[in-house]
Formats: sequence, C-alpha cells, structure tokens
Amino acid sequence: MSEPKLPAISFNDLTLGYDRHPAVHHISGEIVRGDLLALVGPNGAGKSTLLKGIVGQLKPLSGSLSLDGLKSSDIAYLPQQIDIDRSFPITVFDAVAMGLWHDIGAWHGLNRERSLAVQEALYTLGLRDLGDRSVGALSGGQFQRVLFARLLLQDAAIILLDEPFRAIDTKTVEDLLRLIRRWRTEGRTVIAALHDLDQIRAHFPKTLLLAREVIAWGSTKQVLTAKHLAEARQLTEAWDEQAQICERGDAASERISA
Amino acid sequence: MIHAIIDPFVDFAFMRRALVGCFALSLGAPPVGVFLVLRRLSLMGDAMSHAILPGAAIGFLVAGLSVPAMSFGGFIAGIAVVLLAGAVTRSTMLREDASLAAFYLVSLALGVMIVSVKGSSIDLLHVLFGTVLALDDAALILIAAIATLTMLILAIIYRPLVLECFDPNFLSSVSRLSTPTHFLFLVLVVLNLVGGFQALGTLMVVGIMLLPAITARFWAQDISNMIVVAVAAAFASSFIGLLVSYYANLPSGPAIILTAGAGYLVSMLIGVQGGLLWQFMPRRHLEA
Repeated sequence: MSEPKLPAISFNDLTLGYDRHPAVHHISGEIVRGDLLALVGPNGAGKSTLLKGIVGQLKPLSGSLSLDGLKSSDIAYLPQQIDIDRSFPITVFDAVAMGLWHDIGAWHGLNRERSLAVQEALYTLGLRDLGDRSVGALSGGQFQRVLFARLLLQDAAIILLDEPFRAIDTKTVEDLLRLIRRWRTEGRTVIAALHDLDQIRAHFPKTLLLAREVIAWGSTKQVLTAKHLAEARQLTEAWDEQAQICERGDAASERISA
Repeated sequence: MIHAIIDPFVDFAFMRRALVGCFALSLGAPPVGVFLVLRRLSLMGDAMSHAILPGAAIGFLVAGLSVPAMSFGGFIAGIAVVLLAGAVTRSTMLREDASLAAFYLVSLALGVMIVSVKGSSIDLLHVLFGTVLALDDAALILIAAIATLTMLILAIIYRPLVLECFDPNFLSSVSRLSTPTHFLFLVLVVLNLVGGFQALGTLMVVGIMLLPAITARFWAQDISNMIVVAVAAAFASSFIGLLVSYYANLPSGPAIILTAGAGYLVSMLIGVQGGLLWQFMPRRHLEA
C-alpha cells in the first residue's frame, strides 16, 4: 500500500439512485489510495448513497464504478447506525471480535493471538475495562468506540464512514480522529461523510462537495469556499414524480460521435 | 418424596416415553425460540404453527393417524409458506411479517377448506392438542432426529445467525451467508414445530419453543447463557408438568406449557435481569 498514486476507487459517469430517480448524478473521477477524503453536502445530497454504491449495496442506475485491484472484501463500511439492535445480549468483546470475520469466518475460533488482537483494539479505543459489559449498557459514545474497534480489526484497505461523529462528544471525536489519522499513515484510504466544516478543514486534506452531483472535488481549501457552499445549498430536494428521462449521458456520447 | 417424583416414570412406560420425548423437544425448540425472541419474531412461531396445521390435516386425511404422513404434510406446508413469504419479502416492498401473515392465513383457510369438503368427521383434536402420553416409536425417533439436526445446524450457523440478529448490515457487508442463514433458521423453526406437534399439538408446541426462551431473558445477559437457561427451563417444565398432570389427573400437554408459563411469571418477578421485584426494592447505587 506504499504507492500513493494508485487509484483505489474510480467513478465513470456513475449515477446512483432509488427507483430510477437519481440521488447522485454523473460522477466521474477517482479516489487515490491513501486519500483521506471528506464527503460533504446538505441532507439529501447523496453522501450515504455514494457510500452504499461503493460497498456494492446499491447497483448503479447508469455508468460504472471500479475498485482498481481491490475486492469488495477490502472495504470496511460503517453505516449510520440504524439497524443495530443495541438491546441484543452480546458482550463488548464479542461484538468487537466480529471485526475479525475476514480472518475467522463463520467457523474458526479465537485463538490466543486473535484474542490479544481484540484486547488491543479495545485498549486502543479506551474500552479496556468494558470487554465483559453487555453492549446495551454502553453510552452512545462508548458504542461508537465499539464500532471503531471492530473497524480497526477489519484491517481493510478502504474504510467508509457515514457520519461517524453524530451525537458524539468532543473527547470521543478527538480519539476517533486520532485513529483515522493513524489509518492514513498506514496507507489506508478513508472516506467519511461529515458535516462539521471546521473539523474537515483541520483534519481532512481532501474534500468532495456533493449536492446530487459533484460541486467541487479536490484539496479541502479549494473546495470549501463560500461560493461552492452556496451552490451546494441551493440543492432542491424535490422528488419529482414527473421527472423527465435524463438524456445527459446519451447527449454527451452523441456529441462525441457527431 | 423422592419416590413421589420418580415412581410415575419407573412404573409406567407411557410416562417414560412422554418424558424422553419432551426432553428431546426441549433440546431443540428452546434455542430456536431464543433466536426468534431476539429477532423480535416471537409471534412468527405462532403464525408458523397455523401454517403447519393444514398440511398435517391433509396428511391425516390421506394416510390416517400416521406420524410420517402428518409430519411430512406439516413440513411441506410450513416450508412452502416460509419460502414464499421470504421470496416475496426479498423481491417486493412488503415486510416479512406482512407477507408471512398473508401466506399463513391462506394456508390455514386452504386447510380448513380441504377438511370441510372431505366432509368427514375426523377428530383433529389430537393434531391440535397433541398426545404426549401416546408417543410411539416412530414419533420418538422423529423428535430425537429433529433435536439432533437442530443442534447440529445451530452449531454450524451460530455465528452468522447471531450477527444477523445483532447487526445484519455488517453481516451482509462481510459475507454472503446472510440469506442462507436466514432460510436455514426458518427451516429449523418449521422442523421443530413439526417435531413437537405429535406431543403437544400444533398450537401448544409454540409454548415449549418460546416460553423458556422468554423466561431466559430474565436470567442471562449473554446469548449463549440464555440458550442454556432456556433449555434448562424447558427440561424443568417438562418434568414438573408431567408430574402435575399425573397426580392431579390433568391433560399433560397443557400442564407442561402452564408450568413453563408459571416459570415465566416467577422469572418476571425475581429474575436478576430486570425482574420486577428488584425494581420495587431499589438497592443503593454503586460508586462507579
């Protein structure tokens, strides 16, 4: 993972959406390996949609997306935590150990070495004494630490985070950001959907500003300008039932052939 | 005292058979029930038992009081409902409970229709309420085989199944086992309901599956302990229920389920995980 110029993910005129209505429109470009990229945009801009597209949970409506030389198992994905049953009777240790799935699968046991890896992940995230606790007994911030500990064990080349700092206190955010910086020095590609612009300016060298299509993409300083942000804010969230069939892709190719 | 507890089983073969049958049932059904409860599908067990009834009734009409015919009929009906409901859920916008309800209601009506058209005055009471004191060899072997298969399959799909309950998104992001795990689990639900209806009837077999599992939630904080507690509770209910029915001259099936129900009520009161009693007697809080 040492060659920084290699692309990790390439978008080729990618359109993603639901029920034929696009949520992100005609994205082209590539995310290079080792990038620390913030994904910014108003609600409904398509940030989550784009992340779901990258992990393959959503099939493109048109265009394509390729993981250059990487498999979908090289991606670790932290969705907005809606579907997790926090009342489930499972200990923190077991929940975190699931991050070793790529290693142990459905049937291999935790040997000494793997148990130590889990302990280390708990330690890194400041959960050392909570291993035996049930996940239902954790606070929101502690639970987010559990999810990050699991991500840590997944040891993935690409890490996708969907609003990982929602409703989390500053101390926890700092700790999690430290981990994200560590991932970057390890050459991993990290993409995070975020809202806090100051935080992005401080910690994320690159930004993709999204408002159903790409408004700007590049170094954070050049992307997060007043002009670009105003442009993004004008996004209309209307779901137009009468929407016309999008001709953009066809028109472009016609122009080329003509 | 010890004689009072042991003698009924020493003296009577039908009591021994009933006990063995219930113990075998208690090994397979409660663990399945634990997962049903944790997935908030408790009521699905009930729905599935209704879906099985017509299949068993058809088997009864075709072959008379034959364990293989009724079990096979019930199994086919249950699996058909599960597969159709699952297919509809995964390909349309309907939620699992809605499509399941639709199919089991159709299955139930179809069964009643077939029985009515046949016009015979068949006694379906034992299909509905079971005959735990008249388990023959075929029934015992069937129950034991299903219990064995259930424990084997649960051991194999345990980790993906736990993950499917706790964080289904994560499971589907790391493996493709999500769908096969789900279907295998539903097959286990049907199998155990089929295995149990000889003994307890299609309606009450749900009781031995779910009551111990719900009881276990009041005692265990971890899913593996919960399964152990559920099986123990089912064993105790079977044993005590049979004794009560013997001495009080009561029907055995309901006695077993009512015992399990009593266990649930007691656990609700004094269970260490959120029992009511502890809420009324607050102890002083700890320092950290």
